[in-house]
Amino acid sequence: MSELILGAYAQRNTDDHPPAYAPGYKTSVLRSPKNALISIVETLTEVTAPHFSADQFGPKDNDLILNYAKDGLPIGERIIVHGYVRDQFGRPVKNALVEVWQANASGRYRHPNDQYIGAMDPNFGGCGRMMTDANGYYVFRTIKPGPYPWRNRINEWRPAHIHFSLIADGLAQRLISQLYFEGDTLIDSCPIIQTIPSDEQRRALIALEDKSNFIEADSRCYRFDITLRGRRATYFENHLT
Amino acid sequence: MNHWNFQQLHETPSQTGGPYVHIGLLPHQAEIECFEHNYDNQLVQDNTQGERIRLEGQVFDGLGLPLRDVLIEIWQADANGVYPSAADTQDKKADPNFFGWGRTGADFETGFWSFNTIKPGAVPGRKGSTQAPHIALVVFARGINIGLHTRVYFDDEQDANAQDPLLNGIEWAPRRQTMIAKRKEKDGEVVYHFDIRIQGENETVFLDI
Repeated sequence: MSELILGAYAQRNTDDHPPAYAPGYKTSVLRSPKNALISIVETLTEVTAPHFSADQFGPKDNDLILNYAKDGLPIGERIIVHGYVRDQFGRPVKNALVEVWQANASGRYRHPNDQYIGAMDPNFGGCGRMMTDANGYYVFRTIKPGPYPWRNRINEWRPAHIHFSLIADGLAQRLISQLYFEGDTLIDSCPIIQTIPSDEQRRALIALEDKSNFIEADSRCYRFDITLRGRRATYFENHLT
Repeated sequence: MNHWNFQQLHETPSQTGGPYVHIGLLPHQAEIECFEHNYDNQLVQDNTQGERIRLEGQVFDGLGLPLRDVLIEIWQADANGVYPSAADTQDKKADPNFFGWGRTGADFETGFWSFNTIKPGAVPGRKGSTQAPHIALVVFARGINIGLHTRVYFDDEQDANAQDPLLNGIEWAPRRQTMIAKRKEKDGEVVYHFDIRIQGENETVFLDI
């Protein structure tokens, strides 16, 4: 067999994800479908995705410490976050668009709708982006975000987290999630994390302290790997088209 | 026993995009000037082939109120039904002036969202079938734990829609119409209106793709 012919993406395991309706996360109550999702067989529409070009990226797009700095450095803990994006069969996901966004060291977002008393930082924007390389590797630099309060129950607090988004090879892999930091005691009480049904999957969102990759007198480092859905190969009939 | 554990990694679990999803995905809407090149809702370039259309609507919650913090992305084929993607296996060249993808946020006041794009051509379906022209659409927002996928079809493609494998696979025939956008002309522009109802009466069909 000369060329690998790819079939559909493996089915999403819904038990590995939060349900749409999760009453402990109150906003989900009116924003979740009542009907069951309708599962479809994949077509070219679901196995294709856009190609982003790294040429359109600026040199500081993955450096949240510097990409909004005006008259000085932002205040907070300097950290590097890095890791690999793979599919569920272990293959590296190359040239995937990774976008991240987060609060500053106070737990305050640069967003018109955030009115938390935690101070804004004039030198911190809170967004970045990068492409994975041929090994599926990505790296960005940032200020560790602070936890912040929100109105779910009245005294609810999010653990420190960084939001991330992936656009890879197929529409079926489209994913938005959040990474948390090892040892944060708020992780156990967060109703958004608790929407994930299994402890194993909740742990899959915790970035680990990567001590040997700390940079002396400069930055600490966290390691966080991401897994996307993978395609099966076709060795018999190809029904995709 | 769980057969999903069979020598495989588990997909990273989804989490909500949250209320500030714009910071990372549409920094301009959050009034952040961070990147030189920003992604947006304009899929049409000067030399893009095909009929120019505007796709617009609102997203409603279970009380019928518009989501004003929702983020929407679309993915579609070019005017000849070819995807600008390495994974498109048709032996046809995609329009070099068409990216096929766009992203927008609903207006913070009104909840209206829109895209300027072209009407896609028909794309092959499975086993030699043909799909009606359609645009894939994903919805992310606060309160939505995992992105909601749907498709937009066109009400002036009745014959093609009647043959479409996906629409015909929806057992509850009345629900099919929730995926069909309504064509109208507005100031000489072709506009397709597509409202999304997340919950309740006339709830939009959402897909597990």
